[in-house]
Amino acid sequence: MADPVTFTVNGKSLQAPAGTLVIDACKRAGIEIPAFCYYEGLALQAACRMCLVEVEKAPKLLASCTLPVAEGMVVQTESPVVVQARKAMLEFLLTNHPLDCPVCDKGGECELQDMSFRYGAGESRFTEMKQHVDEKQWSPVVYFDAPRCILCYRCVRICDEGLGVKALGVTNRGVYSEITPNKGDHLDCDECGACIDICPVGALTSGIYRYQTRPWEMEHIGAICSHCGDGCKTTLGVKNDEILRGNNRDRSGINGEFLCIKGRYAFDFVSHAERLQSPMIRVDGKLEEVSWSKALAFVAQRFGEIKAAGGRFGVIGGERSTNEENYYLQKFARVGLGTPHIDHRRSGDVPALLDALHGRQGALATVDDLYNAKGVLIIGADLAQQHPLLAFQTRADSRHHQAKVFTVTEGPVREDKVAAKKLRAGPAGQLAVVKTLGEDLKAAGELVVLFGDSIQGAAVGELVSFIDSLGVPAKYICLVDYSNSRGTCDMGLLPHLGPGYQAAAQTGMGQAEMLADPALDALWVVGANPLAGAALASQQAFVVVQDMFLTETAQRADVVLPSASAYEKTGTVTNTCGQVQRLRKAISVMGVKADLDIFGLLARGMRLDLGRAVPDQVFEEIRASVHGYNVPLPVIATGGAAMTDPVHGRIPVAGQAQVIQSARDTLFTSGSLTRYSKTLNLVLEAPGELYKP
Amino acid sequence: MYPSLLHETPHPDEQIVLGKRFRLPDSRRIDTYLASEGYQGFLKAAQMTPEQIIDEVKASNLRGRGGAGFPTGLKWSFVPRQSPKPKYIVVNGDESEPGTCKDRVLIQYDPHQLIEGILIAGRSVDAHRGWIYIRGEYRYLIDIMDEAIAEAYARGWLGKNIQGTGFDFELSTHTGAGAYECGEESALLESLEGKRGVPRIRPPFPAVSGAFQCPTILNNVETFAAVPSILRMGGQAWAALGIPKAGGTKLTCLTGHVNRMGVYELALGYPVRKMIEDIGGGIRGGKKLKAMIPGGSSCPILTGEEAWELNMDYDSMAKAKTMLGSGGVVLMDEDTDMVKAALRIIRFYQHESCGWCIPCREGTMWLKKLLTRLDEGVGTVKDIDLVGDLADNMLGRTFCPLGDAAAMPTMSIVRKFRHEFEAKLGRKTVSMAGLSQLVSITG
Repeated sequence: MADPVTFTVNGKSLQAPAGTLVIDACKRAGIEIPAFCYYEGLALQAACRMCLVEVEKAPKLLASCTLPVAEGMVVQTESPVVVQARKAMLEFLLTNHPLDCPVCDKGGECELQDMSFRYGAGESRFTEMKQHVDEKQWSPVVYFDAPRCILCYRCVRICDEGLGVKALGVTNRGVYSEITPNKGDHLDCDECGACIDICPVGALTSGIYRYQTRPWEMEHIGAICSHCGDGCKTTLGVKNDEILRGNNRDRSGINGEFLCIKGRYAFDFVSHAERLQSPMIRVDGKLEEVSWSKALAFVAQRFGEIKAAGGRFGVIGGERSTNEENYYLQKFARVGLGTPHIDHRRSGDVPALLDALHGRQGALATVDDLYNAKGVLIIGADLAQQHPLLAFQTRADSRHHQAKVFTVTEGPVREDKVAAKKLRAGPAGQLAVVKTLGEDLKAAGELVVLFGDSIQGAAVGELVSFIDSLGVPAKYICLVDYSNSRGTCDMGLLPHLGPGYQAAAQTGMGQAEMLADPALDALWVVGANPLAGAALASQQAFVVVQDMFLTETAQRADVVLPSASAYEKTGTVTNTCGQVQRLRKAISVMGVKADLDIFGLLARGMRLDLGRAVPDQVFEEIRASVHGYNVPLPVIATGGAAMTDPVHGRIPVAGQAQVIQSARDTLFTSGSLTRYSKTLNLVLEAPGELYKP
Repeated sequence: MYPSLLHETPHPDEQIVLGKRFRLPDSRRIDTYLASEGYQGFLKAAQMTPEQIIDEVKASNLRGRGGAGFPTGLKWSFVPRQSPKPKYIVVNGDESEPGTCKDRVLIQYDPHQLIEGILIAGRSVDAHRGWIYIRGEYRYLIDIMDEAIAEAYARGWLGKNIQGTGFDFELSTHTGAGAYECGEESALLESLEGKRGVPRIRPPFPAVSGAFQCPTILNNVETFAAVPSILRMGGQAWAALGIPKAGGTKLTCLTGHVNRMGVYELALGYPVRKMIEDIGGGIRGGKKLKAMIPGGSSCPILTGEEAWELNMDYDSMAKAKTMLGSGGVVLMDEDTDMVKAALRIIRFYQHESCGWCIPCREGTMWLKKLLTRLDEGVGTVKDIDLVGDLADNMLGRTFCPLGDAAAMPTMSIVRKFRHEFEAKLGRKTVSMAGLSQLVSITG
């Protein structure tokens, strides 16, 4: 068989690798063949018959979505009979379609509308009664309007193949065929909403977004989801400073079109009723609202006094704050306040991995590397729960590339379904179990190794040398919890390490030690909630908290400064793989300030010279001073992800072991933020045996 | 309990080969079968190489009896015998084509003939597992078949080392759940595997990847039932019963407005005129033949005049732009309302469309609604044109042949009997309110 194959489309000679489908080959050559059911990456259906083309010597029109190119094949995609067939197919499709476009959520971005506009007939000959079925609500976030459905089966496939959930099927027959949850009347699933997004028409609609707006009335702003460490791009639909929806239909970003429930719906915490919108100062034991100028002046004055008195500052940064904020905060702490006591809640041992990989380049895997790897080793993590994108990539890798997947976890995980081997062991025993997989891993030929908090400290080095001993190329992902957990490490919010993992001039106290230190004079917490599960030992500490909500930590604060969410500021975040992406400001919320703005104002109040607190300028400083962050700006400026390679030398180890523990979030939780997301709470209350704790 | 489709004595013109035991007492018992040359074909096949068996079937010119008429020997030769996967035999007993009732007779009166055919097919491709897929409505046939299978196991004609030949074969029945679509071979396989009965993308064809993604021989009941005679008589002798390129006899189901309805075994190429007049005893009430469906309702319809001159074989029917199909001949006399006939046919296909692809799913329903209106006298000339247009738009564009099966008879009826549609225009039989009710109910 010839490879590449030479064939002719509309009189133009084309070449494509053997096995390429005609529809794909044409697309690559800039020739559009319309289709509904054909969807790249999902199983072939040939059900919608929109992609019929004329092939010389074939007795009838053929579906180009299931037709591989053949040497000498002559294809017509615009001949009169093909044009007529498309028109007829759309006419059939529209017979039972309700044509309620004026009120349909999909109106304006509907594939059926676009196809009708481009390929359809000007008028309909259908004068009979239409089939009608009442709309159904399947879950708090998914509604199904059967008459609009064109039965392309995309939703069924994305749920089964893409998510590995298989929540949808088809019932009834013929014109009465209907997409139906396998639970009958409700969904028991991830509630990820991928079915809604992939629906070419308005049959599946989002409980959050429906009937809120017309799509063209929104601004579409690419943000990065803050709920886990995977760094999915979520394109926010914003109207009048309100986020109405999140999706990623343009497939930009590292996640393509993938989003989980948190990425798609859990932006709603920004408008929660308990959102703080005014600074507060404790007066007579009670927090009272004050103006920004008063609050900032008070903090600057108290910090100044404590610093002058040689007091002991503790600074705790946040895992969802931007790189710029974290960099500036550690600078503020180390240079401005002169304290070495700086830390954050750590969820994965990134420094140990970077140390073990010292001297190597390209040893960290990107999200894309995971999709293309021949072998995937998952240690101690329930990816489907904690890292939905990485789980999606693993499944896609197994489906498209027949990757060998190995799971070494404490309990059963969804990735077991695609795993060549699944082994069970408690956190302490996982490394030993991995070592029994030597021959299998070697046979895989190439590996991406993902590990959670069960592998930390010396075990990381041990894991890396074991994988080295197999002699197969390997890349690593150290799993961390939130959108910038990784960046927070890179920016040096560690007691013993500065930005870029340079040894700190002086090793300070870690988070646990700070909280336990009765002599602490001031505690400054930015976007974190350390007092959720711990007590503050120091009675006299002056506590300043920057947060969106009155968390356990904020309740103990002397001054609370309401901060902006990730969707209300610009800056960069680094995902668990080490890929930097840029946040764009989507909305403004009255009364709040971005953490970086607050730092800048405080620095000015304290007359400190820490450089301008402007995201772009701080990022310039990061690029210049943090190893591996000298990323090409156009890549991130245009919504892409740039890989960092933050260290090439050995990393000094702290004298004292640090607490490294993942928050073990599920698909439906996101640390302290969970309680402020209406959607997450709705879904958690909905019936669902799969995910009930 | 179920009316017999056989007459007590065969018509003298019938060529009885497949049906030679039909009229024997206890014809479905294994003893009757064994006493009447039963399982001799298999014992012969057991001595032959797979190639020899397939050559014998090729020599017989046997063509698939399900309707498409694909040469059986050729189909069997496509099975990759070297494949490490197990090979399977699947019998299509989902006989649902309106007007067709031959598989029913074959199972009802001679189930062991079918089992023997399956064994020979199994031997020819080294298959050791088979299923007989029987439509759910044939509940009583499933019982008969199960009994026969149990008998065959008990007497060593199924199971391990059959009759000391060293050949193993396991066989069971599988019931359909009432879908015409599952008579389409790939939908049948989906259904057999426990999935929704919708057709598969082909290629690969079942011979390469059929049941459970393994090489599979999938044929109609009658096709398998013909195989024992072929082995016993020799392929060439069997071929000689028919005409060139289409060997053997064919069970023909004569139904409709005919005096002697029933299932008859006729040599291929038997003239239609003789079939109606001699075998069928003429049209009921001495009336004229208005139309004939030659092989199940999916075939384009023939007018009486057209039909009269044809022979019952694949090529003769193809020349008249129709098909021999499954052998379900439906005769309609001069009093037949062709609009109602068209409506009845499309109602069937609308009900049976699986819904997988757009043109069939939506087209059959639209056609049904249109024809309902035309029948009730509230159509327009445009509607008549539209019927033809819609059928045209479905033809050759659906995922599986069900869409064609719905389009072909509809198109041909409108083309050949347009005057009957026109005669109904303006002769309203229901009020407008009644009509909308009617359309929404039937819809």
